[in-house]
Amino acid sequence: MTTSRIKQRFADLRQHDRKGLVTFITAGDPTPEITLAGMHALVRGGADIIELGVPFSDPMADGPIIQRASERALDGGMTLRKVLALVTAFRATDQTTPVVLMGYLNPIERMGYTEFSRQAAAVGVDGVLTVDLPPEEAASCHAEFERAGLDHIYLLAPTSDATRIRAVCERASGFVYYVSVKGVTGGKTFATDEVAAKIGEIRAATSLPVGVGFGVKSAATAAALAPLCDAVIVGSALVEIIEQNQGSIAATAQALEGFAAGLRSALDACHTA
Amino acid sequence: MNATHNSAPLADGGNALTELPDSRGHFGPYGGKFVSETLMGPLAALDAAYQRHRIDPEFQAELDHDLTHYVGRPSPLYFAERWSRELGGAQIYLKREDLNHTGAHKINNTVGQALLARRMNKARVIAETGAGQHGVATATVAARFGMQCRVYMGASDIQRQSINVFRMKLLGAEVTPVYSGSKTLKDALNEALRDWVSNVDDTFYIIGTVAGPHPYPMMVRDFQAIIGRETRRQCLAQAGRLPDTIVACVGGGSNAMGIFYPFLTDANVELIGVEAAGDGIETGRHSAPLNAGAPGVLHGNRTYLMQDDDGQIIETHSVSAGLDYPGVGPEHAWLKDSGRARYVAITDTEALDAFRALTLTEGIMPALESSHALAYAAKLAPRMRPNQILVVNLSGRGDKDIPTVAARAGISL
Repeated sequence: MTTSRIKQRFADLRQHDRKGLVTFITAGDPTPEITLAGMHALVRGGADIIELGVPFSDPMADGPIIQRASERALDGGMTLRKVLALVTAFRATDQTTPVVLMGYLNPIERMGYTEFSRQAAAVGVDGVLTVDLPPEEAASCHAEFERAGLDHIYLLAPTSDATRIRAVCERASGFVYYVSVKGVTGGKTFATDEVAAKIGEIRAATSLPVGVGFGVKSAATAAALAPLCDAVIVGSALVEIIEQNQGSIAATAQALEGFAAGLRSALDACHTA
Repeated sequence: MNATHNSAPLADGGNALTELPDSRGHFGPYGGKFVSETLMGPLAALDAAYQRHRIDPEFQAELDHDLTHYVGRPSPLYFAERWSRELGGAQIYLKREDLNHTGAHKINNTVGQALLARRMNKARVIAETGAGQHGVATATVAARFGMQCRVYMGASDIQRQSINVFRMKLLGAEVTPVYSGSKTLKDALNEALRDWVSNVDDTFYIIGTVAGPHPYPMMVRDFQAIIGRETRRQCLAQAGRLPDTIVACVGGGSNAMGIFYPFLTDANVELIGVEAAGDGIETGRHSAPLNAGAPGVLHGNRTYLMQDDDGQIIETHSVSAGLDYPGVGPEHAWLKDSGRARYVAITDTEALDAFRALTLTEGIMPALESSHALAYAAKLAPRMRPNQILVVNLSGRGDKDIPTVAARAGISL
């Protein structure tokens, strides 16, 4: 396996002294066509990594905004196999932007770890984040991801103690995803000093890049986080834009690109300031 | 302390079957802890607290006291003489969990978890509920201990269980309707998990069944195992020997696990769990994951699930809201695979027939959940010999189901 796209992307960011922008939207919300247009629009707006949510019937770690996105996608007939087809379509014109699938374990378990890993790698997925699969339960799944060359991205949270941080970092690859609040996606807002303290602990345990997500709602919140981490992860705010544009491809793409551009310039300004 | 019933330790040991789960919550390939990272720390803390208090004689004495004087234990093991004669076969005994305070077995567990919550200094408890029995049992102990209480309930369940909703409110609980997904028990569980993840510092999540992430399946089983320990002792005292067969309904499976567990090593005692076949397994409209589902991961554990080819959880159906759940406790999944218990299914219509039969022959009105176990007992008893003993876990009373039974009969109350 050559250097992963994620690793490459973070190396490039570091070289240019920039912070990464990771953007999340739910695959198939409300249609695969809009997701595909949205992915390209986000890249145009300045996203460094695309996180694609795999819809699940029971998204227990998500707030109402992403729950509704999952329901819209499933109502439209989205499946894990169709998510992989969407990545194939994205890769037809974009071979460089890393794509991370984020979702719950059961659809992957249903397809089979081996089969999923093989297909995901083949279509150009770079990393996978399974929200409800902590490292303690991940041995067999992790082995298949590793064999296929997929980065396995894990969450760390305000409730993770030093032992857990070490255990998670030992397994993680690509980057570490720090959940800034005790809560669900799109909910509370983080306290900057608490995030800073925890990231300090994470940095002591790993040299992997650290991304921070949950509660990043605007360019201002992104800018507040940027000095603390390597990348800022934005999800619910983008999903809300998709919801508000009610199925129009052009309007959705334009709005996503604009929002991403705002985040991008906030991150860049913050860093050079 | 009342030495006549529950002085046995919460966990029995000494056998491969009864020593499960392992330290990480696995029953063979099932169980485990499949939650987001934020909950891993709180679950470890809960596990540690439970391990400490379960062997603390003071905790045990407190629990025994409450089970005796507040819940009203031991519940009788009642010989249903007339119903047995009418069916013409085995001698049928009913374990009368319907006579507990609040009318079901659920209180055994909520008393235990509330005592634990108090020892962990949590001022707020939350719960999910389907039929409302677990919600009522949680609201009840919260009222008694002066804890703040919020119960999540699917919006469709709120409609069909309006009496229990009002009971919870009378008890001072806040009942929060859940409008996402199928608007039933599974969605209430998702919402309770979201609440817990957002309020982990001051909140104790009282799960009502033997499912969810470790240590819940073990802990709820331990608190419910009082049912089986009493049954064992009572059957020996009243009939002079152990039962031949024990039948219990299985939604999440807490009443079944509670009565099965103390008999797991008695190889001659047959254990049968009864799932809800709804309109019939062949129609797809049912709640029988052990009979017609496949293993997967949901709500923190690996178990049998009702799911489609893409791994999405599919909607379930049962006339009984308490059985209307797409998963099942992981220990049941393990007992099924290991062959120690077998699992059958009973349709809505069969359950309603059993509801009427028991009401008319014994003057006992069972919950529709328990009616599934009774319906299977009614099929099995005639095939057994008159010197054989069949115990049915009568897990709850049927008052809450009167509107449903009336509606099915086309009667408006």
